[in-house]
Amino acid sequence: MKGKAHVYKRAHINTDEIIPARYLNVDKEAELAKHAMEDIDKDFVNKVQVGDFIVGGADFGCGSSREHAVWALRGAGVRVVIAEKFARIFYRNCLNNGFIAVECKEISEKVDDADELEIEISTGEIKNNTKNEVYKFEPLSDFAEELLNSGGLMNYVLKKKRI
Amino acid sequence: MGSTITEKILAKHSGKTKVNPGEIVNCKIDTIMCHDVTTTPAIDLMEKYGIKKVHNPDQIVVIPDHFVPNKDIKSAEMVAKIRRWAKEQKIENFYDLGRHGVCHAILPEQGYVTPGKTIIAGDSHTCTHGALGAFSTGIGSTDLASALTTGELWFKVPETILIQVDGKLQKGVYSKDVILEIIRRIGVDGALYKAMEFKGEVIDELSVESRMTICNMAIEAGGKSGIINPDQKTIDYVNSHSTEKYEIIKSDDDANYSEIIKIDVSNLEPVVAMPHLPSNVKPISEIDEIRVDQAYLGSCTNGRIEDLRVSAKILKGKKIASGTRMIVVPASTEIWKQANREGLFDIFMEFGATISTPTCGACLGGHMGILAAGEKCISSTNRNFVGRMGSPKSEVYLGSPAVVSASAIEGKIVDPRKYL
Repeated sequence: MKGKAHVYKRAHINTDEIIPARYLNVDKEAELAKHAMEDIDKDFVNKVQVGDFIVGGADFGCGSSREHAVWALRGAGVRVVIAEKFARIFYRNCLNNGFIAVECKEISEKVDDADELEIEISTGEIKNNTKNEVYKFEPLSDFAEELLNSGGLMNYVLKKKRI
Repeated sequence: MGSTITEKILAKHSGKTKVNPGEIVNCKIDTIMCHDVTTTPAIDLMEKYGIKKVHNPDQIVVIPDHFVPNKDIKSAEMVAKIRRWAKEQKIENFYDLGRHGVCHAILPEQGYVTPGKTIIAGDSHTCTHGALGAFSTGIGSTDLASALTTGELWFKVPETILIQVDGKLQKGVYSKDVILEIIRRIGVDGALYKAMEFKGEVIDELSVESRMTICNMAIEAGGKSGIINPDQKTIDYVNSHSTEKYEIIKSDDDANYSEIIKIDVSNLEPVVAMPHLPSNVKPISEIDEIRVDQAYLGSCTNGRIEDLRVSAKILKGKKIASGTRMIVVPASTEIWKQANREGLFDIFMEFGATISTPTCGACLGGHMGILAAGEKCISSTNRNFVGRMGSPKSEVYLGSPAVVSASAIEGKIVDPRKYL
């Protein structure tokens, strides 16, 4: 999977910034996508293209539990979020959607805006094609990988339960 | 090696004798709370997967609160959808307008929170209910759909940080100041993925409501949950609010903690979290003059009856500063009625504040008190992120109900102790 990086180095980027509460009176991905990252980068929705990566700092996605943050990013075209560390509920929400979220130390220092990144989950590697560098990321737990491979929590649970 | 209260509750609910931090468990959920913002996507998901019936309607409590009373057509449609769904699913625990309020105020007040339970909701402040010795945590909408379908949910058993709060609180210093001070020390990600277990003589002395304020803000330190071992106060509170049977579960003396933080709060003065992080905390004596346009008293953090009483005591006979407005938002209908009976509303209205119906409202920038660009608000709520209460160019300062009230008198952030 390959895409262009949008780097937000600051720690503690919260879900209010990713999708402000004033837009939570709708829950449709396409609508939410129009306001993705609005309170941190008004221009994001104009720059982002399908397949792009978000690169964040520590505690990315903290605050409100709104899964709308994941949908807004996905709806805008983002396919992968790489952060130094994720806040707990945001990370759960990513996995539960089968949305790729990986933790990689110092990633926000190494990658620049618009670098082309490529991720290989099975080898645990992120390639920076622009800089010709390779970064190792924390391997996903077996459970997280199973959730991703199932395409999210509902598929996983229904397969297990045979409901 | 013994277990923490959190490990014991998770073990019991996943059919194991013992669980260890890091382990993934599939856990039976006792109570699932649904509010207006995160529930409609869960309903859609269940429909998408062809799930016709929830696992158990009696374990579900529906409390629309964020944009209640409906702030616009879109939010009205969301609640209408939840109302239809709850009826179809025969969910009787529905707190519609007239019985409404902020979900985390209603849940314990109406007896849904008892020690040893597992409680989830699609809301990050679900950690509040650990104050009564339950494992209670916030989740997303897919989690919600999964739990509504199966009555179970996956968890990674968290490590536990023990936070021992000793000393004696000075007059005018409250549990809000204590939790803000803890967040200042450990940071907004200081307890990331972890359970925060609070104990010590200060916690023992606090009322159950004040303990809720502490656990409510565990998420502001990144915590998965906040929890306090039940004591006689917990039992008295639960027995007067709930008819459910429960089992008292407590941490073992030799439980394993990832970290033990000891804090003595005897010298703590009132504090304020400056924009734009709850950890950006300063003692009130170190704050330069900050004029406030709005003072907001409410929310799942500090909108309960004891908070309103503290405020009314300070505001009695006073007048609001010119150029400042104050909104009082009792957190639930029952709290509203109680405050009314006690004559607190007369005090607030004579002071020059206005009384709102219960709602999450402006706390999350929903409605009923939104800030314009350049405006500053002193607030008893839990988050001061950019744009949290309105314009991304507004500023939110977090403090106790006493700080909010004293600041409304002077139109700037001030030490409340001179009014006590």
